[in-house]
Amino acid sequence: MSLLSTLARLEAVRAQRAQPLATVRHRHLSDRPMVLVPLAAAGEAGAPLAVLLGTDRREPRLHFVPQPLNRTQRSEFLAAVAREVVPYLESFGDEVELLEGSEKDPVSGEKVPVVRELCADAPQLIVPNAGGVAHLALLGRSTRFRRTVEDPDPGEYPSPTEVPLLGRWLTHLTDRAQVPGSSMLLAMTGLLARHWATGQSNLEDQHLAARLAWHLPPAGLEPPALGAEAAEWVESARDGEGLLLHPPAGPATDPKFDERVLAPAILRHDAAVAVRERAGAARDDAEVRRAAALVERAHAELARVLLSATLPAWHDVWNGVDLLRALPPAGHLPDRWEGDRWSFTMHRERVAAGEPPQPRRDDAVTAARKLAQREREQAKLEIQEALDDPLAMAERRLAGEAFAGEVVDVVPEWSEGRSPKPRPLLVVRTGDRPHADPGREVHRAHAEPAQRAEIVSSAPGEVVVRLLSGMGRRRDPEPGSVPEPGSTVVFTLFELAPRQSAPLPEPADTPWTHGGPPVAVEDAPAGADEWE
Amino acid sequence: MNVSHLGQATPPLRRLSELRGPAPQRSLDARALAALAANPGCRRRALLDAAGVDKVALAQRLGRPAPFGQSPFAIRRGLLFESRLKRDGYAVLLEPLRRRLGVPAEEVSSLAVPDLLPAASPAVRAERTAAALAEAAADPSAWTLLDHPLLRLDVAGSPAYLEPDALVVHAGRCTVVEIKSFPVLDGSADPANVGAAARQAAVYVLALQEAAARRAGLPLSEDPYAVQELPGAPELTVLLVCPKDFSAQPVAVPVDVRRELAVTRRQLSRMTRIEQLLAALPEGVTFDLARDGSGAPTRPAGELAEAVAAVPAAYAPECISTCELGFHCRSQARCAGAVEQLGRGVRGELGSLRTVEEALAAAEPGAAAGPEPEPAGGSGPDEASGRLAYAARLRAEALGGVR
Repeated sequence: MSLLSTLARLEAVRAQRAQPLATVRHRHLSDRPMVLVPLAAAGEAGAPLAVLLGTDRREPRLHFVPQPLNRTQRSEFLAAVAREVVPYLESFGDEVELLEGSEKDPVSGEKVPVVRELCADAPQLIVPNAGGVAHLALLGRSTRFRRTVEDPDPGEYPSPTEVPLLGRWLTHLTDRAQVPGSSMLLAMTGLLARHWATGQSNLEDQHLAARLAWHLPPAGLEPPALGAEAAEWVESARDGEGLLLHPPAGPATDPKFDERVLAPAILRHDAAVAVRERAGAARDDAEVRRAAALVERAHAELARVLLSATLPAWHDVWNGVDLLRALPPAGHLPDRWEGDRWSFTMHRERVAAGEPPQPRRDDAVTAARKLAQREREQAKLEIQEALDDPLAMAERRLAGEAFAGEVVDVVPEWSEGRSPKPRPLLVVRTGDRPHADPGREVHRAHAEPAQRAEIVSSAPGEVVVRLLSGMGRRRDPEPGSVPEPGSTVVFTLFELAPRQSAPLPEPADTPWTHGGPPVAVEDAPAGADEWE
Repeated sequence: MNVSHLGQATPPLRRLSELRGPAPQRSLDARALAALAANPGCRRRALLDAAGVDKVALAQRLGRPAPFGQSPFAIRRGLLFESRLKRDGYAVLLEPLRRRLGVPAEEVSSLAVPDLLPAASPAVRAERTAAALAEAAADPSAWTLLDHPLLRLDVAGSPAYLEPDALVVHAGRCTVVEIKSFPVLDGSADPANVGAAARQAAVYVLALQEAAARRAGLPLSEDPYAVQELPGAPELTVLLVCPKDFSAQPVAVPVDVRRELAVTRRQLSRMTRIEQLLAALPEGVTFDLARDGSGAPTRPAGELAEAVAAVPAAYAPECISTCELGFHCRSQARCAGAVEQLGRGVRGELGSLRTVEEALAAAEPGAAAGPEPEPAGGSGPDEASGRLAYAARLRAEALGGVR
């Protein structure tokens, strides 16, 4: 945490409400996001219990597993979720842009023109917290290898065909969520943390409702309040039966809720199902009808309690979306969103081409590529955020990596040689203290085209730089390319275009130091992978 | 639990039992010890744990109950998992151990599981465990499994009882077995979970090392990485047993805990001695809840809060997830305006500025300049204040358009 965000937290303590950490919105927000509030069954890794999802805040749709240990019901649940999520994801593939580019022909080595498709928009899933992302990743891992009825060897428990497809999409989205600045799968707590500081610690900010209590008075708190008091109420206020008034946003449920509400409801449902089966075996029609009504009632009761456990988080996520939508979008958002659109388009093509699901473990080259991509995107994100947002630039100025000030004098000078080029000196008055030694290269922010300069001298309050480029080809600088006295300039000590990393070999050319070319391994039988 | 098994009730022990009142003593488990070792500067927790005070009931009475609990589903799943483990004569445990120790798999050996008197008092159980361990270590060819043994460890001068999930004894040495519910997925597990399990197991290894040294009449080696060559001494690699992938199939993975062991030893030795904590305590302080006949506490919450406040705490936001009194200490830190409420790192960043008000005052325009000019290369409080004022100026400038 930087000193600037600490300061914002201190101010939030004093004001007892959230304070801005950004002047613009740094993440893309879709016009049609899908919100998911997933719940996991306790005690078992990645076992689903329920999910509340939808694209319309007034129409959340609940899916749940009536008996979390029953694998048939789990399969049905996953298929139902897949039937909601996959059509949503695929709907973004309908509209494409055609981009002309060129590709090297592998045989002749010549460049040949190609036309590629790029989806005009991409889907966006929003979950309450980082735990929700991790849960979706586990669901993806546990379902993408599932065998279906269409497989040559469907196994003992074939799952509906949509289930492995959902698994592949969830794996792709959770993988993409690791890329800095990507926006296809977002956690609301992370989104809020990027844009506002609260008067509590990072750790407490992971609780979505407690974090939101620094923005809006929580529903149900009388009298309405904000800040630490409201956050504590959300975290710990319980009713007469010991149940939290504001249930946590998942994926873990409150143990007391499991004990007092969920376990009895599941038990009643199990009992009703057992009665129905017994009656069915005894061919007692009247009893079957009566038991079916019992099952229906128990099912409705489970739906009611699970809705009550997810609905508050559902509203919290949408309230967070409202807060973020009120911020103006940052200038570089379309650029980064295009990266997400490419990611979506390429995965869609892989699925359409019938490629196998993502492997359990990446081979060396794929892993290195992913890592290099994440590093590159991180560098790009930091630069773009600094350029888009004076508050992000202030972080860099505080760290001595940039300085801003007023041009108080411009001294025209020229380079030596046969065709002299303009090399004007700028005297900048600044209160910043950049780590600027004479001769150090600096870059002028917001210059079009890019403009380099070097430090000539640096003293407290005044920095002299010499412009080196971006002034045209003639002897005299292009009009407007040299800042006028009295104008405000920002120079950065870091480069404004991220460096490209060295190319990586094709997976087939993996050097022996990294295990050599990947060997196709037979996947373990799917049965070993499934829940019991 | 009475204290007579621990020899004579020495003055510190008597004072500790006074602090607790007539309530039964809560024994420290390894999880609590690992939490204590993570925050060794907290005198409040050290004293309450040493006295065996029921912190759950205390927090409840103070009006900010601890949010901890375990779901019945998790408990059921845990029991199912442990029963899987016991199938086929603990084959899951023995197989990786055999491989590590180089014992041929075909060697026929039956596993002895001695009765460790699970219903007895802690002191008796600890004695029984020590005897069973010595007996098992005496026969190098035998395989013995101690199911939920009880170990004793002296922490800052007061005894703590620890209950590992199991110990496997073979060839005169023992291996700690730690059973966890998080999965090993595609050959790797969540590092945060593994780290917590390793810290917990390191506490058991330390207790076993001290016990082995005590039996041999030798002091514990100065070097925390040294392997003890004593009968019944623990291996420095523990067995972590977890479900494999998404199944309930157990898989055992060896985990080296030497680093965690060294950290735990250092942290526990840094803890202030209980005698010193007791000496600093005002006369008449007690954490007795004064339960009435029905077991309901009658002690006024205000009086109890005063008693708790007599022992200083070292609050950090991490406490909320590890300590029963976390919420109570947080509300105190908030009332006092302490900067620790925002995180441990914040305090380092702000130097000698200890409260939110002080820090915000230093950030006010003109505050840093002060009556005297800042000395060049200023350090100490001036530097933190100066940087804060600079940060405040930058922040105000950047937000100029927003506000």
